Amino acid sequence: MSLALPAAPRRWKKPPAIKRAWLRWTLIVGAAVYLSLALGTTHVNWARVWEGLPRGIQFITAFLPPDFTSRWTEIVEGIAETLWMTVAATVVGIVLSVPVGIGAARNIAPLPVYYFCRSVLAVSRSFQEIILAIFFVKLFGFGPFAGFVTLSFATIGFYGKLLAEDIEDMDASQAEAVRATGAGWLQWLNYGVQPQVMPRMIGLGLYRLDINFRESAVVGIVGGGGIGATLNTSFDRYEFDSAAAIILIIIAIVMAVEYSSGYLRRWVQ
Amino acid sequence: MLRIKGLTKRYRTGDLALKGIDIDVPDGQVMALIGPSGAGKSTVIRCINRLVEPTSGTITLNDTEIVALSSGNLRRMRRRMGMIFQEYALVERLSVMENVLSGRLGYVGFWQSWARKFPQSDIDEAFRLLARVGLDHMADKRADELSGGQRQRVGICRALIQNPELLLVDEPTASLDPKTSRQIMRLIKELCGERKLAAIINIHDVMLAQMFAERIVGLKLGEIVYDGPPDKLTPAVLTEIYGEEDWASTIRKADDDAEPVDEVAPATPSIERDRLAGLT
Amino acid sequence: MMSDAIVIPKKVWQRRDRKTQFAVWLAWLFGTAVFVYCFQLISERTIWAFVLDAPAQAVDLGSRMVPPAWGYIHYLWRPIWDTLNIATLGTIISIVIAVPIAYCAARNTTPSVAFVRPVALFIIVASRSINSLIWALMLVTIVGPGVFAGIIAIGLRSIGFVAKLLYEAIEEIDESQVEAVRATGASPAQTTVYGIVPQVMPAFAGITVFRWDINIRESTVLGLVGAGGIGLELNAAITQLYWTQVSLMLLVIIATVILSEWVSAKVRHAII
Repeated sequence: MSLALPAAPRRWKKPPAIKRAWLRWTLIVGAAVYLSLALGTTHVNWARVWEGLPRGIQFITAFLPPDFTSRWTEIVEGIAETLWMTVAATVVGIVLSVPVGIGAARNIAPLPVYYFCRSVLAVSRSFQEIILAIFFVKLFGFGPFAGFVTLSFATIGFYGKLLAEDIEDMDASQAEAVRATGAGWLQWLNYGVQPQVMPRMIGLGLYRLDINFRESAVVGIVGGGGIGATLNTSFDRYEFDSAAAIILIIIAIVMAVEYSSGYLRRWVQ
Repeated sequence: MLRIKGLTKRYRTGDLALKGIDIDVPDGQVMALIGPSGAGKSTVIRCINRLVEPTSGTITLNDTEIVALSSGNLRRMRRRMGMIFQEYALVERLSVMENVLSGRLGYVGFWQSWARKFPQSDIDEAFRLLARVGLDHMADKRADELSGGQRQRVGICRALIQNPELLLVDEPTASLDPKTSRQIMRLIKELCGERKLAAIINIHDVMLAQMFAERIVGLKLGEIVYDGPPDKLTPAVLTEIYGEEDWASTIRKADDDAEPVDEVAPATPSIERDRLAGLT
Repeated sequence: MMSDAIVIPKKVWQRRDRKTQFAVWLAWLFGTAVFVYCFQLISERTIWAFVLDAPAQAVDLGSRMVPPAWGYIHYLWRPIWDTLNIATLGTIISIVIAVPIAYCAARNTTPSVAFVRPVALFIIVASRSINSLIWALMLVTIVGPGVFAGIIAIGLRSIGFVAKLLYEAIEEIDESQVEAVRATGASPAQTTVYGIVPQVMPAFAGITVFRWDINIRESTVLGLVGAGGIGLELNAAITQLYWTQVSLMLLVIIATVILSEWVSAKVRHAII
């Protein structure tokens, strides 16, 4: 090897994040083209936006003070309905997702069961809660039951997938040790698998409760009952001060649920 | 020279970490600061460049009083003091070169540093330092791809590119294996010798301190209990600093080890450097 | 002699002591009671005849949905493009706003813990608590129906999400790296760029792509309240009972969602 050093000063430039030049330029040009196309084809009716600004200001001022009183009974009804839906749907969803989740774990389920459970999860996860809600409202009629079914179904997708992944990630040697004692399949699940996945799953259950509450506030918009319906009505009537009150209540409850679920999670773990 | 007078630090928790420390470090002196965990070694070093604000006392470096500096002047002052950290403290997702050049941040403007446009003289100096520690072929590697010893070399380059008047070294060998620890300590000592740099080295390994420092200061519960040459560090002194333990073996072992290391010392660095530079 | 008289009590093993056992039992009882009560209230408001009729309804609906009206796909390219734009532009807007908010909310970078941080945290909570559909509902009444309302709705909803994850990432950085940069005499802005930004960059990119993926999913439904995209067509088809078009749109939505999920997984993999 040569020890000769170049006489000229060595230049240094920060090496680019993407090393292949053609890829880098394709990405940069592609992003620029996409952005200009996207902005160019997005039609904004600025006249309508301008017209709406006073209404926006009116909406913001409606927060000071929000009107809790004039629609109080509807608000209380809506909130209560939302809370029932949330609790019931979380419980049912989690109970149903346990077998689906176990079935969708590659390391313990036989292949046909695995594919079946995975496709259930995929369908449940692909659709927004709102789309599901539209169909369930068609099937079960207006009211909280449709919302309840929607949220339960969505919970299966969320919880089942995470449970399956957790089981797939577990420490195989611990489970093997339990099997080596001659335990039956259910005993094996109970002693070898459950202790490993339980702490995280309790935490995720509480987290899902939190998500379900937020989602249940919107399934009402398409007829699934709860506070969403009340909110939708107040927007339709331009009753911004009642809407402001509802939004504040939603924020308060979400915060309360989030904090208490965070606290509970720490307590459980 | 660095002059510390009556340095006291009380943390907000109420703990009195330093109880009026006086140390003078003349130019070119390599001083080791030893003592048990919690003695305040780290606090002393961090008070000097005010990463920790001293509660009272004065610190002067070549006639500039540090404790009273405004934040702008403090930044200019920090440029004159290089610091080497425990666990390297490299910015792991930046490249080796960026880490070394970050030592020049105090000298360049924000936008210049943001665009990585450092003056060519800084870049030359960075390459020279990296070559000196045998890492110039790794300039564009990310810092987290390096081994512990290599990272600490980069850390040393980052401190030296500041062209400092004083080197603050905080537990440089805490996460290195014994061999690499010696190499790093030797490198620091050599570089200080080359540049006539004063250094304060926090170190918990008494043996290494004796091998590489010209002067040792022992700290215990925020007070200086020993200040003198390494060979006066008797078992009685160590007991005073660290508490009761069989120190005789530590000291003897240090002596035993020191002999062969000193023998090969002139040869090792250049071979080592060549090996690291990928030349052998 | 004496030892004969001593009776050694059998050791009883229980998983939990009596008090814990009781607490666990009580928690189960309470949980079950709450569930039964909630379900009871829902069932009171349900017309069970409809529910029992649902399977028949489902079969009927299903039969009306096949085969999907494939020819209608030509009318859907524009809504799909709009949906994509709502998600992407909304994500970009949210990032621009979320980054400074995250910086203000993180305990180690905030300019003031007492004043700025609570404000930033409140913005995050408010943005997160309100579903994008509700944001869209509000914005449609204010700025009028269309893609613009959708973009803003997605943007507003995503601010909280991005800012929350980002400020948590900022709080988890290794402070010693920041300290090392500060010790070189770097200004606060330089310390941020050299010490903090490289550390949170991967998290930031991951969060962005993750949120973009979620936003694709959410923007498919914003049209239901008039905020543009494919949801608008879906709503129209459902109200007019064009079920074969509906099934086509559902397939398109699934395809889009799966595709975006694939892209986001790829990109995140490349980053990490």
